[in-house]
Amino acid sequence: MAKHQTPLLDQLETGPWPSFVSDIKQEAAHRAANPDGVDYQIPVDCPSDLLGVLELSFKDKETHWKHGGIVGVFGYGGGVIGRYCDQPEMFPGVAHFHTVRLAQPSGKYYTADYLRGIMDIWDLRGSGLTNMHGSTGDIVLLGTTTPQLEEIFFDVTHKMNTDLGGSGGNLRTPADCLGQSRCEFACYDTQDLCHTLTNDYQDELHRPAFPYKFKFKFDGCPNGCVASIARSDFSVIGTWKSDIRIDQDRVKAYVAGEFKPGGGSHAGRDWGKFDIVKEVVDRCPTGCMSYDGAKLSIDNANCTRCMHCINTMPAAVKIGEETGASILLGAKAPILDGAQMSSLLVPFVVVEKPYDEIKEVIENIWDWWMEEGKNRERVGETMKRLSFQKLLEVTNIKAMPQHVKEPRSNPYIFFKEEEVPGGFEHDEAAYRQRHMR
Amino acid sequence: MAFISSGYNPDKPMENRITDIGPRSFEEFYPPVIKKNKGAWDYHEIVKPGVLKHVGLSGDVVYTVRVGAARLMSVTHIREICEIAEKHCGGHLRFTTRNNVEFMVETEAALDGLLADLASRKFAGGSFKFPVGGTGACVSNIVHTQGYVHCHTPATDASGPVKAVMDDMFEYFQSMTLPAMVRISLACCLNMCGAVHCSDIGIVGIHRKPPIVEHDRLDNICEVPLAISACPTGAIKPAKVEIDGKKVNSVAVNASRCMYCGNCYTMCPAMPLASGEGDGIVLMVGGKVSNRISMPKFSKVVVAFIPNEPPRWPTLTKMVKQIVEVYAKEARKYERLGEWAERIGWEKFFELCDLEFTHHCIDDFRDPAYYTWRQSTQFKFTKHIEA
Ligand code: SF4
Ligand code: SF4
Ligand code: SF4
Ligand code: SF4
Repeated sequence: MAKHQTPLLDQLETGPWPSFVSDIKQEAAHRAANPDGVDYQIPVDCPSDLLGVLELSFKDKETHWKHGGIVGVFGYGGGVIGRYCDQPEMFPGVAHFHTVRLAQPSGKYYTADYLRGIMDIWDLRGSGLTNMHGSTGDIVLLGTTTPQLEEIFFDVTHKMNTDLGGSGGNLRTPADCLGQSRCEFACYDTQDLCHTLTNDYQDELHRPAFPYKFKFKFDGCPNGCVASIARSDFSVIGTWKSDIRIDQDRVKAYVAGEFKPGGGSHAGRDWGKFDIVKEVVDRCPTGCMSYDGAKLSIDNANCTRCMHCINTMPAAVKIGEETGASILLGAKAPILDGAQMSSLLVPFVVVEKPYDEIKEVIENIWDWWMEEGKNRERVGETMKRLSFQKLLEVTNIKAMPQHVKEPRSNPYIFFKEEEVPGGFEHDEAAYRQRHMR
Repeated sequence: MAFISSGYNPDKPMENRITDIGPRSFEEFYPPVIKKNKGAWDYHEIVKPGVLKHVGLSGDVVYTVRVGAARLMSVTHIREICEIAEKHCGGHLRFTTRNNVEFMVETEAALDGLLADLASRKFAGGSFKFPVGGTGACVSNIVHTQGYVHCHTPATDASGPVKAVMDDMFEYFQSMTLPAMVRISLACCLNMCGAVHCSDIGIVGIHRKPPIVEHDRLDNICEVPLAISACPTGAIKPAKVEIDGKKVNSVAVNASRCMYCGNCYTMCPAMPLASGEGDGIVLMVGGKVSNRISMPKFSKVVVAFIPNEPPRWPTLTKMVKQIVEVYAKEARKYERLGEWAERIGWEKFFELCDLEFTHHCIDDFRDPAYYTWRQSTQFKFTKHIEA
């Protein structure tokens, strides 16, 4: 018998999509039966109580979680989110239900052995429920009590060689797309860069010293599979400098129907025969492609590397060989002053170990933002408040037309005093000699 | 229950302490074929919905089976994923940014065995445990946040609406019939842990009532200046309030300036604003993060309020379906939802999708608002203009 009646939630068990309600019930049943004889360190029935409190929220249409409290592990300022239920007597199993964030491996590749090891710890010391993964990228362990926090930390570091992730006003756990590991479009090794920077900046990740959160995300190409341009303060997006490589024989094979456009991405509907001119050449946003019936040509100097031709004919059209990345800065969600995407700061950087050039940009930005940023101000907001010019100044980057979609349309220009002959001072006497009062 | 020590000694927290080690190295987790061909992949194909085939310059092949998953997963479910990985994939697997699980195999025979196994596994309630799909011109899995399951500020749930919408979008998850990919994301409040502001379809929880001010405890549990400075619209002022004949420090909220962002509540627990009748969902469409053809775009508000209707959010799912179906019918091949809406014009979008255009859809928040008004005589006549 279920501990709580959940008539509303039960309606989410039907339908084809995996039901989280069925899964929580499965965990509740597993803990109740306890086939492996686990000496559960937090209430056995917390999955049941989670269903109970969720059912109440569905009824009230309001959450029943209180404002977090400050809990954590010794020496770290993040990685644990305190969470308490506002109906602890009805749902004692989840009265204290803190979240633990674990740093996920770059690319989110796992072995069964490793995941099992994490799950064994979480089965013993937590709710048995997780998020795979949190929005930022961490493995999120959902719900445990305060006395278990240090134990979990000790276990994951000692047994699993795994650290906590970030939370609060610090570097959040960086995340990347799968990149070169399995994608022919990747312009740099996203996994290595993500992993290296995560490790190089462990102090910034665990000990809050920033005005607010700071996120790194690494996309291997302009397709943006980890959405770095929208979801990270510091977005690194792969790109290339040299000519797009074209295999003309394979272009002919696409035209002849031997390869499917987009690798078959649109195969579910009859869109007619693949028409290279209509579907590729005419859709190129810069109009820099042509096809003469036999040969596909690209005026590379006018290509903006949008990926369309490459996505559509991946076997025949490939990224240029001289690869690197663009760095963009300042994305954030709408709180407080409206949503932002990252803005282009470094058009092209070579991405090579030990990544000093990228780290220099990062550290210049951090120095400035830690000095000038207000409490709870994302770097994108600091940029807006203090100007893009200021950002260029602190990162020693020269202004260039790539930085803007268009030049300003107002003439309210702030000149620096040294840019004006004689500075801002007037010779008042001389002025009055030329002009009577 | 007997307390089981990990070895941690509370009296000597620094003893044997390991810190600052970061995540495990990705190198340990690559399947052999991935390790061998990294950086040397030639091209890929989508063999059928949910099944990718990557071909290496070496001639090696890896098949990837992508399965949808609820982001909220139990230990039992993850152990089952591990069992599948061991049975078919040499013990390797990966997760995607969009909460899918990917199983990789190297031969067609192994692929067939894997697919048959996945199809056979269902939850007790009847839903699939491992539905295959989410590739190409499809609706992939929803990126989302915590909702009522685990957060203190949501204006809607996350897992519930996601399940309801994905049930409705299931045929599009398992096929590739759309003009382009449709990325749906959900954030249960304006904090937008999921940063859904650049999604083809963004589902966002919003409050609609200014915060309650608990005068009797505000000064005890909050820093009044912090609460005041938290407000982006300057709606909060310091106030003296009389309680039981005693003057206490508190704040006053100017309701007409409040846009219900909840930032004050984040700073001060004595200013809650959740409300079963006030809270609901705003629907934003036409955003994208990819640079393909057009530049990345923000999503735009097309429905200013949909009430919370647990457990299955019927109005929300109906509207999402309506938009996806009209888009599927009207857009050109490769055109993302926002590109289509821009080509035909937003007035036409509202007409075709049969969505009501209300005054809420016109931006009035600060300077950027002006740039969204129409400084032109170019527009299309739609049913919105009365003769
Ligand atoms: S962002 Fe580009 S490189 Fe990375 S996985 Fe996506 S398509 Fe591949
Ligand atoms: S990448 Fe884009 S801009 Fe460049 S040639 Fe191809 S379609 Fe044109
Ligand atoms: S979006 Fe808001 S309510 Fe939802 S999990 Fe994030 S902070 Fe909590
Ligand atoms: S909800 Fe937002 S706008 Fe309203 S008073 Fe609080 S901080 Fe200000």
